[in-house]
Amino acid sequence: MEEDKVLCLPRLSQVAVCGGTHGNELSGVYLVRELLKAKKNVTKQEDEEEEAVPLLMVLSHPLQQCFRYIDTDLNRCFTHASLSGPMSGMTPYEIIRARQLNTMLGPKGSHGAVDLVCDLHNTTANMGLCLITYSDCDWICLHIFRHLQKQMPDIPLRYIHFDVSNKESYSLDSVGKHGFAMEIGPQPHGVVRSNIYMAMKAGVQHMLDWVQSFNSGSTFEEGFVDVFTMVKHIDYPRDSETRTITAAIHPQLQDQDFCLLRPGGPLFQTFSGETLRYKGDEPLYPFFINECAYYEKGIALSLARKRQVMVPAIRVQTEQEQQANNQRFASEEEE
Amino acid sequence: MEHATFPPLPLVVICGGTHGNEMSGVYIVREMQKQKVEKAGSVSITTVLSNPRAVEACKRYIDTDLNRCFTDALLSGPITDSAPYELRRAHELNAQFGPKGSEEAVDLLCDLHNTTANMGLSLICYSLDWITLHIYKYIQSKVTSVPVRLIQLTIPISEAYSLESVAKHGFSIEVGPQPGGVLRADIFNIMKEALDLTLEWLQKFNSGSTFEGGEVEAYTLVGNVDYPRDPMTGEITAVVHPQLQDNDFKLLQPGDPTFLLFSGKTVKHEGEELYPFFVNECAYYEKKVAFQLARKITLTFPSISVKLDR
Repeated sequence: MEEDKVLCLPRLSQVAVCGGTHGNELSGVYLVRELLKAKKNVTKQEDEEEEAVPLLMVLSHPLQQCFRYIDTDLNRCFTHASLSGPMSGMTPYEIIRARQLNTMLGPKGSHGAVDLVCDLHNTTANMGLCLITYSDCDWICLHIFRHLQKQMPDIPLRYIHFDVSNKESYSLDSVGKHGFAMEIGPQPHGVVRSNIYMAMKAGVQHMLDWVQSFNSGSTFEEGFVDVFTMVKHIDYPRDSETRTITAAIHPQLQDQDFCLLRPGGPLFQTFSGETLRYKGDEPLYPFFINECAYYEKGIALSLARKRQVMVPAIRVQTEQEQQANNQRFASEEEE
Repeated sequence: MEHATFPPLPLVVICGGTHGNEMSGVYIVREMQKQKVEKAGSVSITTVLSNPRAVEACKRYIDTDLNRCFTDALLSGPITDSAPYELRRAHELNAQFGPKGSEEAVDLLCDLHNTTANMGLSLICYSLDWITLHIYKYIQSKVTSVPVRLIQLTIPISEAYSLESVAKHGFSIEVGPQPGGVLRADIFNIMKEALDLTLEWLQKFNSGSTFEGGEVEAYTLVGNVDYPRDPMTGEITAVVHPQLQDNDFKLLQPGDPTFLLFSGKTVKHEGEELYPFFVNECAYYEKKVAFQLARKITLTFPSISVKLDR
């Protein structure tokens, strides 16, 4: 096959925007509710026009009453193992809900899955706007990120990569053919802040604009993106008997997400005022610093390596190219 | 003004975790209990985790807000088997440190709280008695890292609903902003400093120091403002306006923006010019309060020293 400088990728026929996967992360809850309301208010005439981007808006957790979860974290229920396997009367609510979402938006890993899932989240950490994905070579996600960078120069923007296989990937965004979490902070859980809400609204709009532009045939030029790949987590120091934490994130580390943490740098401050320092060998980039929901997961902060990824130019496949691709896919399936 | 004297204050009760997810107070009390802190000089200290089940679950409350259970009516009513956990707990705390309004009640109770609002360090009380005013003045003169303010809830004691109303003198130390369920070192350090200064004042007072009177400003509660809501669903239809967000205690004048509707329109403040506080406090969404409003007053108070029995 002839090498082409511009990668041709299939059209994004359906996009899902999901909010409230964690019921107390309110920007996404209210944004999706508003988008659903706006959709309902569209008149019948306008309805008959083709939608710019076929869009599914999903409130992941409609029964939620402003808690992160009822039985278990919904955003950990999308591994292949969780999605298959037997159910009983004791099956946690979120596992059942995950399977419903997998039917609606997936099935995960299949030809019928939606093309793109954008799952909306908030964090108490000072992370600005982050796209979090399982791949560092999903060119769709990377180009969306580059587009956001151009359109939203006033907000700190980062691309985070968790190096986890598709089988083990556990979050809702892994159900689509492409997917990412759009994580914005800092915002306390149970609170909606205007600046955070507006940033999320703009981020979603720019993403949808990009998808429309992509589907209409635009070419997106190559370029570099700084990718932060998660390396490890660090837990709080804890009392060996009670497991309660014995220190807080150090004031010099608090709010310093993505500022390089060097060996010997301050990590924690004990309740008596002592400083505990980072003992690792490698300077790394901290993020999810002091995220409320991670205390129970044993994570005080996560650490990432940064590297530049070269993102190739892309455009949408023409109908001919799409047909050729489908034929090849069909014959591969036969084999 | 004439000099005032008061009997010594030999005991202070320090409460944390009245709301189980307000972490500074939880960890201050836990640390004091771990270090077995029972005295600060001449002052005896009792520490208590007010709502241990909520602390365990890291939630504001289990059945109902503990810090609304201390009205005279609720404290005198019966406790049935089906009574909410927090109501039982309120009765227990009232028995231990009250009874509220009686001679047996403890002299001083200090309740530790956090808020998601940008309120710095605030002392909240029902009655501006000379003890509270002097402690406030002392803290304010020493704390330089954040603004220090005094808020009076203009509610008669019989209807006073929070834990500190059980004691003869009581106030809350409220520090923010801090998300619920999160422990920030800077916020912890501010609360610890305020508490240490309170204990320092008590020791000095008990040992005979005279504290000069003077003038302080305080904020007295006037009313609450709710979010704009959908009349059918009751859901909020707006966020606190960016120009009001984080601007607690900045004068709100008629015409100033208060809310940004999801539809994009701005809602403006009407009526008297007042001082907003508890702006966008997480726990108040369900209480239908987006922010509270206060008038600023100036209080004059006398010098004070301990009255020694002969």
